[in-house]
Amino acid sequence: MRPDVELIGVTKRYGHGPAAVDGISLSIPAASYCCLLGPSGCGKTSTLRMIAGHETVSEGDILLSGRNVTLLPPAARGTAMMFQSYALFPHLTALENIAFGLRMRGVGKAERLAQAAGFLKLVQLEKMADRLPAQLSGGQQQRVALARALITRPKVLLLDEPLSALDPFLRTQMREELKRLQRELGITFIHVTHGQEEAMALSDIAVVMDHGRIAQAAHPREIFEKPASAFVARFIGGHNVLDLPGGRFAVRTDRTRLTPVPEGGASDGASLAGQVTTVEYQGAAVRVVVRAGDGQTAEALLPDGLFHAAPVAPGEAATLGWAAQDAHPLSQTA
Amino acid sequence: MSRWFPWLQAAPLALVLATFLLLPIALIVVVSFYDYDSFSLIPDFVLTNYQEVFASPVTWQTYLKTLWFAGLTWLVTFALGFWLAYYLAFVVQDATWRTVLFILCTVPFWTSNLIRMIAWVPFLGRNGIMNNTLMGAGLIEQPLEFLLFSDFSVILAFVHLYTLFMVVPIFNTMMRIDRRLLEAARDAGAGFWQTLWCVILPLCKPGIGIGSIFVVVLVMGDFATVRLMSGGQSASVGLMISNQIGLMQYPAAAANAVVLLAMVLLLVAAMLRAIDIRKEL
Repeated sequence: MRPDVELIGVTKRYGHGPAAVDGISLSIPAASYCCLLGPSGCGKTSTLRMIAGHETVSEGDILLSGRNVTLLPPAARGTAMMFQSYALFPHLTALENIAFGLRMRGVGKAERLAQAAGFLKLVQLEKMADRLPAQLSGGQQQRVALARALITRPKVLLLDEPLSALDPFLRTQMREELKRLQRELGITFIHVTHGQEEAMALSDIAVVMDHGRIAQAAHPREIFEKPASAFVARFIGGHNVLDLPGGRFAVRTDRTRLTPVPEGGASDGASLAGQVTTVEYQGAAVRVVVRAGDGQTAEALLPDGLFHAAPVAPGEAATLGWAAQDAHPLSQTA
Repeated sequence: MSRWFPWLQAAPLALVLATFLLLPIALIVVVSFYDYDSFSLIPDFVLTNYQEVFASPVTWQTYLKTLWFAGLTWLVTFALGFWLAYYLAFVVQDATWRTVLFILCTVPFWTSNLIRMIAWVPFLGRNGIMNNTLMGAGLIEQPLEFLLFSDFSVILAFVHLYTLFMVVPIFNTMMRIDRRLLEAARDAGAGFWQTLWCVILPLCKPGIGIGSIFVVVLVMGDFATVRLMSGGQSASVGLMISNQIGLMQYPAAAANAVVLLAMVLLLVAAMLRAIDIRKEL
């Protein structure tokens, strides 16, 4: 399949400091949901803004549907952006906000308001057409912003941390809705987030970034099962990164179990003996943290039934173990 | 006790305003109905003063002239002030530079009004710097007469004086505009003029309203600028009132003052109706 969005050696420098985005190359297949993921300052937002055309590209090229758009203004690219704090026009009603893009393209008033009403319906806000942004709740403002971005029928929708301002309940609901919209519209969504859970739930392709470079770009399942580096394993969560006799490994915490202390203290490399430091009840699971003699810590996420069958308490000695095939080798350097 | 406290806190200002603003205005209204002769005020209740205001074509012309000055000054100060504010708010990125340029805008206020106006005379006069330079450069044969003691020079002095009153409030509203709105407009395909017309201008309305009130009210009440810069060839209502006071015709002056006050209040009311400035207060 021909990629929708292609970045070729894209670099962004501000002033003379180190590059904020350092020669990244990435191709995103058409009609896919892509999440740019990473800690703050990793360059994910700069990357998004360069794709949108709100930031100049220092080096490299950006291709949309095979067309080089590096030097084009935002509106000529076929992208639309949904801004982090929505950036709705405070003096326009919800309906007028949505119709704004059509108004700029010279569409007549009746026509553009009719189309805007359709998009308002798409985001289920028909009743709020005449409200000003200040009279809408955060979630409603977000839907208006989404409709405003979609009305110009972009091929690629760019979302800058769209869910970060919402409370957890709304966030999950909105997440489902974003995914549904992306599927129904059949266009590419590029979504910047620092939440790995969000990225896992949404992406067809997740791009983990660190210090302006791509640490790993793959389907979230592959990232979770085969993290490319210790950074990825730690950032994505749910992994113990351990230096074992056989090298450095990532072991999923949910595949880690409490095992009886081996007779004679022998270790086959698939276990870590130490002392329990934390026991955290999480409902369906219990998180047990163990600190080993050499200072490494590791944790096990145990199904509650398993834990309650043989509970441990902080201060007790315990050994964590895992099946040899669950230890994913990592390169020593990263 | 505590119930009266807010009233007590507001009392000093209320007292000052009552004594020095409301009372004098009331007095002016009362005097505007007095009769007078060459030497004295005659307490009475006559409408002759108002009849003179509305019956005399000269007074009508003076009022129209004053409105014309106010309108033209408003137009020029708005055009200049908007772009100055735009430059300061959106083009200048460095905060230090912005402050420096802002202080530069206040330069006209560093000397007294009178000196500022007198300084125009050697510049704009028949044998002034402007005419001599233009003639020296061979651009004109005769000195330009309209430069000084004309409507042109009056408007020039007004613009020089009052543009800052337009710049400051517009600049303030512009600085409050979220920069992401401009990006969002660009993202939606808006060009420079579309962003200006559809986003910046509507969001600057309160500032434009406040600036307009400043300029219009100041120009409507002015008499010194008109007298000095027109060389006595133009009149404004303020100047007319000042002349009447000079001739001891206090009731006539008071009647004019009342009419002018009513007119200015109506203008301000009209502007407030067009633009909601509450967001700025």
